[in-house]
Amino acid sequence: MIDTHAATDVTSTDTPAVSRGGLPLDRVPLAVHDLTVAYYRKPVLWDVDFEAPEGKLIAIVGPNGAGKSTLIKAALDLVPRTSGRVLFYGKPYRRQRQLIGYVPQRESVDWDFPVTALDVVVMGRYGQVGWCRPVGRQHREAARAALEHVGMGDFAGRQISQLSGGQQQRVFLARALAQDARLYFMDEPFAGVDAATEKAIVRILHELRSGGRTVIAVHHDLQTVPEYFDHVLLVNLRVVAAGPTASTFTSENLQKTFGGRLTLLDQAAHALASRR
Amino acid sequence: MTWYPLDTGIVLVGALSAVACALLGNFLVLKRISMMGDALSHAVLPGLAIAFLLTGSRGSLTMFIGAAVAGVLTAAISQWVSELGQVEESASLGVVFTALFALGLILIVRGADAVDLDPGCVLYGSLELVPLESWNVAGFPLPRAAAPLAVACVLNLGFLLLFYKELKVSTFDPALAKTLGIPARLLHYVLMTLIAVTTVAAFESVGSILVIAMLIVPPATAHLLTDRLPVMLLLSVVLAMAAAVLGHVAAITVPTWFGYADTSTAGMMAVVAGLLFGLAVLAAPRYGLARRVAQQFAVTLRIAREDALGLLYRIEETQAGVSAAAVPRLLREALGGSSLLNHWALRSLRRAGHITRADAEYRLTDAGRATARTLIRAHRLWESYLTKHLALRPDQVHAPAHRIEHFTTGAMREALAGDVEPATQDPHGRSIPDEPSAGEASAVQ
Repeated sequence: MIDTHAATDVTSTDTPAVSRGGLPLDRVPLAVHDLTVAYYRKPVLWDVDFEAPEGKLIAIVGPNGAGKSTLIKAALDLVPRTSGRVLFYGKPYRRQRQLIGYVPQRESVDWDFPVTALDVVVMGRYGQVGWCRPVGRQHREAARAALEHVGMGDFAGRQISQLSGGQQQRVFLARALAQDARLYFMDEPFAGVDAATEKAIVRILHELRSGGRTVIAVHHDLQTVPEYFDHVLLVNLRVVAAGPTASTFTSENLQKTFGGRLTLLDQAAHALASRR
Repeated sequence: MTWYPLDTGIVLVGALSAVACALLGNFLVLKRISMMGDALSHAVLPGLAIAFLLTGSRGSLTMFIGAAVAGVLTAAISQWVSELGQVEESASLGVVFTALFALGLILIVRGADAVDLDPGCVLYGSLELVPLESWNVAGFPLPRAAAPLAVACVLNLGFLLLFYKELKVSTFDPALAKTLGIPARLLHYVLMTLIAVTTVAAFESVGSILVIAMLIVPPATAHLLTDRLPVMLLLSVVLAMAAAVLGHVAAITVPTWFGYADTSTAGMMAVVAGLLFGLAVLAAPRYGLARRVAQQFAVTLRIAREDALGLLYRIEETQAGVSAAAVPRLLREALGGSSLLNHWALRSLRRAGHITRADAEYRLTDAGRATARTLIRAHRLWESYLTKHLALRPDQVHAPAHRIEHFTTGAMREALAGDVEPATQDPHGRSIPDEPSAGEASAVQ
């Protein structure tokens, strides 16, 4: 899957180690260049360019079907890219796996699965345990600490279907914390959670930021974007705008993102897609 | 029933096939692709046929390689069909395995006329015949068929133990597994290959029905009985063994009760596995029907008891002497419910010391009266509340209050008493009893 776009990926190994923003690339958690993703020839992301600043909380905002989740999944090699390249701290994903944590949407897994909350959190450590080896004591303890950290210490032994939606989300968050990554991707961490969980997630996001971590999260609630996030990436098939929330999260940009009218560029994209 | 060493051999082969299948089947059940077992066990046929046509040999190794290739192809092709054709996964599976199975049949009929394909043998196998080819191990006839199955068991168990956590995470959350660098797709194909190979190993002795049954039924049963993965794996093995032993015992005994000779052990094993599953559905600790029925009955009985207490309290209030014999009739008329249920309710109240029967009358004890008082209090407070806030007429409030009185906590009664005015009289003009004092309430416990 990786090799199919290696041909276009000429700069991945001998990059001029400076980003377009003038920063050394190994200080840029995520640099996306010319990323296009298509399902059955229909583009879902078109020519995305984006550089995430380090140590910030970044929201990906856009209407349904705008390609927000796809952006994350394409960056993590979970869906194939049609073209473009993605670098994490200056290197391709497969070499930086250990630095990257992923919190998928809660609905993406089967919660009837016969495991406990602690088991799920321990999974976050599997990358560090290594193949074919049992999970050691220190990993189990790190997982327990992560559970305590999200306020779920008392539920460690609970089978996961017996947790509320908010509690399940916190278990997922604890699993990401247990991974101890430098860059986190979260797919709608606030979707359908209770007020207590929302507060807990915000607290943890702030802690991650003060620890110098970067968080990129798909976020649906426009009301809370300025309150929770430093940076925002507005997407609707293409990148509409990206930058600090204060200057980017404007009604004009939101109008452009959610306005629903096809711009000339979109029409060109559709025309190209139908000709291929 | 007479048990020969021959029977031990049959049970051994049956148990080995069952365990080998059940071990892997756990992951089919958890991935929610149980039909994949059915598909693989059929789709290996063209693999076997082609392997035979290419090499002219029916040796085990050739057959296993053919099966493994066919297994991987089935899994891969059905994935492609579902992705490229945009059809549901089970539909593409249905298309792919029937097509491959048919292809296998054509190949066998066209190219290998000499091969004897007996439909009965394919369905049920020939478990009863396995002791015919045996090694003599210290005087015990060890069936030759046990050897490949034992290898399959060891292989599958080794796979599960070695890749336990990788299998766990890639089954539960394939996306996370991929981001951790665990190749979920590769593991999936290895699993499919092992199932295909196991299927072939088990096929000859136990037939396709039992293979499918053993892949799915013991794991599904185990899943009902526990919510821990290691326990589920272990239970599925125990259940598979139980099905083998009980299945053979049933096969050689049950038909004789009806004057027939014994029947197919493989078939009986599948039946027993099905029965065990049925038992689990009824009796499983958390999801079981029996438990849900029991819980429902407990609520029904509690309501009937409370209704009986409430009735006796009202009788006491009006100071009308009512004979004990009339109480069940009054209960039925006033409150509905079956006579049997009311009878049970009265008996359990007497046992609990809430009522006594003296001078042909039922009387409340102090404890019974305290319970009844909280109930009547809740009832009349609700009547006042409904009149006040929903502006219902007094004749409309009895029925809803009668239902909700059984689910009203002390805190709710307190809140209601703080809300309605006056808190001492209901809309019908009857007095609302006080909350029982601490001493009286403790008598209830």
